[in-house]
Amino acid sequence: MADKKIRVLVAKPGLDGHDRGAKVVARALRDAGMEVIYTGLRQSPEQIVEAAIQEDVDVIGLSILSGAHTHLFPRVIELLKEKDAEDIIVIGGGVIPSEDIPEMKKLGIAKVFTPGTDTREIVDFIKSKINTKISA
Amino acid sequence: MFNKEKIKQVKEEKKKWEEGSLKKVLDRFPERKENFVTGSGVDVERVYTPEDIENFNYMEKLGYPGDYPYTRGVQPTMYRGRLWTMRQYAGFATAEETNKRYKYLLEQGQTGLSVAFDLPTQIGYDSDHSMAQGEVGKVGVAIDSLKDMEILFDGIPLDKISTSMTINAPAAILLAMYIAVAEKQGVSSDKLRGTIQNDILKEYIARGTYIFPPEPSMRLITNIFEFCSKNVPRWNTISISGYHIREAGATAIQEVAFTLADGMAYVKAAIDAGLDVDDFAPRLSFFFNAHNDLLEEVAKFRAARRLWARIMKEEFGAKKEKSLMLRFHTQTAGSTLTAQQPDNNIVRVTIQALAAVLGGTQSLHTNSRDEALALPTEDSVRIALRTQQIIAHESGVAETVDPLGGSYYIESLTDEIEKKALEYIEKIEKMGGAPRAIESGYMQQEIQESAYRYQKEVEENKRIVVGVNKYKIEEKPPQNLLKVDPEVGRLQERKIKEVKENRDGERVRTVLDTLNKAAQGNENLMPYIIDAVKAYATLGEICDVLRNVFGEFKESIIL
Repeated sequence: MADKKIRVLVAKPGLDGHDRGAKVVARALRDAGMEVIYTGLRQSPEQIVEAAIQEDVDVIGLSILSGAHTHLFPRVIELLKEKDAEDIIVIGGGVIPSEDIPEMKKLGIAKVFTPGTDTREIVDFIKSKINTKISA
Repeated sequence: MFNKEKIKQVKEEKKKWEEGSLKKVLDRFPERKENFVTGSGVDVERVYTPEDIENFNYMEKLGYPGDYPYTRGVQPTMYRGRLWTMRQYAGFATAEETNKRYKYLLEQGQTGLSVAFDLPTQIGYDSDHSMAQGEVGKVGVAIDSLKDMEILFDGIPLDKISTSMTINAPAAILLAMYIAVAEKQGVSSDKLRGTIQNDILKEYIARGTYIFPPEPSMRLITNIFEFCSKNVPRWNTISISGYHIREAGATAIQEVAFTLADGMAYVKAAIDAGLDVDDFAPRLSFFFNAHNDLLEEVAKFRAARRLWARIMKEEFGAKKEKSLMLRFHTQTAGSTLTAQQPDNNIVRVTIQALAAVLGGTQSLHTNSRDEALALPTEDSVRIALRTQQIIAHESGVAETVDPLGGSYYIESLTDEIEKKALEYIEKIEKMGGAPRAIESGYMQQEIQESAYRYQKEVEENKRIVVGVNKYKIEEKPPQNLLKVDPEVGRLQERKIKEVKENRDGERVRTVLDTLNKAAQGNENLMPYIIDAVKAYATLGEICDVLRNVFGEFKESIIL
């Protein structure tokens, strides 16, 4: 298990085309030794969940800058539950107003990273989450 | 520009200075860094002297404002004649809400409108489409049919105001709606002034709101060029945009290079479609970003003007003066705004706006301090607009043309940016032009490299972002952010239903059918699209017809 690389799906749900952040994060995770799959733009929650299961990922990173997170984040979580894939850790990023974050966490988003986040913080968060999962 | 004797003297004196006063200081106080570079990575010298522009030919490099190669500006008097257009990009929720914001902005002294559409509108989905869920009215106003457009401009006389619309893939449809609304107001299309973004190439590169593949998209664009040259002669038919390329991570040099390379592709496509360059080129306009690196940005704008004038004259044989002029809108850099200590963003925006004005912009949008957090509130938008007004009326920079022209540093940097951008353009031309370079992922890759490099520099503290990696404080979460009513989606769905119930269904079927046939042939599609919007066919219905004929673009993943 220790040798297995952490697999991450970086996804852009919804219609927003701002993928700078998603791509920078994807590269940073890859440079940190993770296997990264990037979905590209305009993915429906259904497509994202299907890809996550097919690619057998440990983590899904969702990036939204349009404000549609209130609709799309919960939908991804809901579908993961339906497919019995709740063990996949979901993190989010983008222009997410801080007042929305508690609600997102309650729904099951492990953490929301807002603009200005250091990519090392994301790497560390994923690693520690996976480690606690393994030792649990 | 300088006589040989004088330059010789300057060089000798420099040597003395370096060995004397400079050395004394450096021995005791080394400089802050070993190398100083601009945001684009151009080396910055300690001091610039006539030596750096030794062989400078004034008339060849600069000339006079309003004269070729337009380095100093596109009008002889620039802001002494008329200030730039203060145009705040705005739009959210419904047409009713946005109409109110427009009227507020006009009351506050704004001089032009700029419409932000929501993502479903930009991608050609009606608000009731499954892909539109959660997105309706979020980043702009939702427009589903002519009905919404009538509400959007209600009480705003379209013969008195110029309107810019950030719309690309479905630009032809929104322009058709604008023409139809004007007609209802009794304003003929030859009186309309404004701009549609209509720049699909940068959507593939950086912005992502494409619908159709490149070839039919280029056809729609040249259809618009042709239609407007005859019917809407004062309309800017395209706004060739470096803004989003820069936001995606490009450097200032890449921004100029990739934007002008896209511009060349549009000119070529229109010439290939049989248009005369001087018939459409005067209505081409540009859209650039303004970042914090003040002097490099000023040099960038000047370099872009000179480069485009040369390209149009030498590559495309344009003869009309207006065909050679690079006229542009500027927006301050959204990507430089920080969520941390958001009031600091007012200062960033001021520097960026100043760069745009010193660089000779024709119109300007200043971002609001809270845009890294949410859509801006009315208060924030007012401060952003006031920033422009202070620069215009209090700073004094608008009182003379190109005030930085002749600065040893600015001229040397302008030359350098022009040179490096030209190297990129030549490389892209060798690949077969911008569409080919996009297809192979070349530009996307270059931009991503720059974006990643920037992020690393911030994380390694090689680049300081105030409030982000230095001068941090504990902050309370910001209050009073603008929230879009979650009911907007349902409201729009109801409106679509009403429109569909009240229109002549038979007529809609006929116009869509005719459009379908025309799309399969080679005709100009604009008249058919105008017929369709006037029959209250929805944006989604019209785009679906075109999707069926043209197909849809599939992004190739480049990471």
